Amino acid sequence: MWHSATVRLSLGFVALAVFCLGIADLSITAHDPWHELGRLVQGLVQPDVSAVDDLWVALLRTLAFAFVGVGLGATAGFLLALVFHSRLVRGICAFVRAIHELFWALIFLQFFGLHPLTGVLAIALPYAGVFAKVFAEILEETDPLPERVLPAGSGRLSTLAFTRLSEAWPHLVSYTSYRLECGLRSSAVLGFVGMPTLGFYLESAFAQGHYDTVGALLLLFYALIASLRLWVRPLLVPVYLVVAPFCLGSGLPIVWSNVSRFFTEDIVPSPLRHGEGVSGLVGWLGDIMANEALPGIWQTLVLTQIALVLTGLLALALYPLVSRHFFQKRDFQRAFCQRLPFRQHLAVAKGHSTGSGRPGNRLAHLLGHGLLVIMRSTPEYLLAFILLQLWGPSMLPAVVALAIHNGGIIAHLVGRRSNEVRLRQDAPHGLERYAYELTPRLYGPFLALLFYRWEIIMRETAILGILGITTLGFYVDSAIQEIRFDRAMVLILITALLNIGVDVLARHLRARLRLRHTANCEP
Amino acid sequence: MSTLVLTEAVADYGHQRVLGPLSLTLQRGERVALVGKSGAGKSSLLSVMHQHWRSRGAALMPQELGLVPSLSVFHNVYMGALATHPAWYNLVTLAKPFRRDVAAIRPLLARLSIDDKCWAMAGELSGGQRQRVAAARAIHQGGEVLLADEPVSALDGPQSETLMIELTQAYPTAVLAMHDVELALRFTDRVIGIADGGIALDAPSVRLTAQDLLPLY
Repeated sequence: MWHSATVRLSLGFVALAVFCLGIADLSITAHDPWHELGRLVQGLVQPDVSAVDDLWVALLRTLAFAFVGVGLGATAGFLLALVFHSRLVRGICAFVRAIHELFWALIFLQFFGLHPLTGVLAIALPYAGVFAKVFAEILEETDPLPERVLPAGSGRLSTLAFTRLSEAWPHLVSYTSYRLECGLRSSAVLGFVGMPTLGFYLESAFAQGHYDTVGALLLLFYALIASLRLWVRPLLVPVYLVVAPFCLGSGLPIVWSNVSRFFTEDIVPSPLRHGEGVSGLVGWLGDIMANEALPGIWQTLVLTQIALVLTGLLALALYPLVSRHFFQKRDFQRAFCQRLPFRQHLAVAKGHSTGSGRPGNRLAHLLGHGLLVIMRSTPEYLLAFILLQLWGPSMLPAVVALAIHNGGIIAHLVGRRSNEVRLRQDAPHGLERYAYELTPRLYGPFLALLFYRWEIIMRETAILGILGITTLGFYVDSAIQEIRFDRAMVLILITALLNIGVDVLARHLRARLRLRHTANCEP
Repeated sequence: MSTLVLTEAVADYGHQRVLGPLSLTLQRGERVALVGKSGAGKSSLLSVMHQHWRSRGAALMPQELGLVPSLSVFHNVYMGALATHPAWYNLVTLAKPFRRDVAAIRPLLARLSIDDKCWAMAGELSGGQRQRVAAARAIHQGGEVLLADEPVSALDGPQSETLMIELTQAYPTAVLAMHDVELALRFTDRVIGIADGGIALDAPSVRLTAQDLLPLY
């Protein structure tokens, strides 16, 4: 077993996480956490839709920000993908997508203020970076042969449209629709920093202890994401895109002097502003590094490692819920063992329910799916916020929030992958099936997905600092609140570099273990 | 064009020389059969010919067909004539084809018995149907010379006859690489045999039978 690089690496990560557990602060500091949890559950069971005046306006704004942000990001990303061979473009895209939407929102808030442009750009910019990379990968994987076969003089635009774009189009569309769901989550979370979306009303309802309103908002949000496929039809999307910019609301007007002041004064490092020259700058940078950046980086890494391993454990434990090897919609085995009339045998073979299937199995299947949908639809920021209210400030809410969200995503993907595995008919059932048949086969793809998510988990860990946990985001937020934007920008830059570093490391590890991933894996 | 000439052409895959140097001349109205065993270099020779003669109006029908699976049969055939229309016309056709082009392409599809699949996506067709689509595209292109790599390999007897007749009617000048030696001898005037990356045989078809070509394999 020790000869396998995969096993050694996995155990190495677990050991690292256990070490980090020892040095992290994981205590529950709230006064009466179970009581608060009970009140929250009661609010979910008995939601009060009438409490918030602008509930439907908030919903509309959330949708509008998501559509406009993702639409702009996809368009810009597509244009960038066409020139992705340029190193400069690749570098800029990597940098732009390394900064989380919330950090971008914090930056834009400083000069655009509470104008819708803040929210739109905060989503559009990082998404453009992601779209550029994924679209470029999709375009690169298209067949080069049709282009060679075209007659000479066909024109570059016609050639591109008929060959690469036509072949890539279904993949581009499917990835964009996936990103729209992410955009809805980002849009809702932007409310926590002041945008008029769902997160804003959630925060105020929580602060006032109106758990019935919280329940209503949460249930509406889940309903929105769950019903996405119903109302996002290919023919309706252009309509939504045209209408969305008008539903953004007016916000507050932009004070343009703020913009010029931001770029000329606020982000210029203070030693340079006060004429202390390079030596002053070096000392200032050293001070930031020692007191804020390094502690922040350390806490971010510690938290990320624990969250990563917990995510992995949770995903491994939960993926059977959506795997047909454990929970099926229909109980085939029992139907065939019974003495059914031939007609009913045919019906079972065709996949129809005969009514003799165990209803418990169907219910378990639905519940399993539902649980994973909830786990992966809830933004980590929102989960961490709720858990912070319940358990008080410490690292525990952040770790659990990250593990729940990412564990749900990976469990869903691994479960779907497990449905493609064909077992022999006398394969064992239950725990042995899980331990001996399925998990060993799925461990490679599972690790690939986990490494893919590693960079995202790290990005979210940094952001959770805004909630008060002393990761990098905490120092960024403090710097902004102290109106020291120069420090904030340096810290954001450091966060971006850290993110890029982890991304490179993850890719290196995946290559070393030769784990393949496709463009369909959600980044 | 009266003659197409290849002078000292070579083909390499990386550092390995697959073909050449070889020279040949193709007269207008001449139909050539390329024969040789698998791996001899027939596809490479056709590829080299296409590179040199593409600007002179050569139409290529590769072995892998080069269809776009997410476009319909109509659009794949239309692609043969992309160079004859301006860019805006082509882009509009992607969304809504012009009636003129539909009227021009449908009879061609009917002659090849794939008219009922006119609007089906090329990725959903069988191998034989896709080969006929690629042939229709080459015919629609209306070039000067046809370079076809195994144009009828996926078709049965009667269908391959029909397709060979259509191709040879549309392209009096052609180079066809085929493994079906009988069919090749019947529809061509000249046979070029490829072996070990060079021309091993170059003779008129009337003087040859299938037996004479066996040594090449």
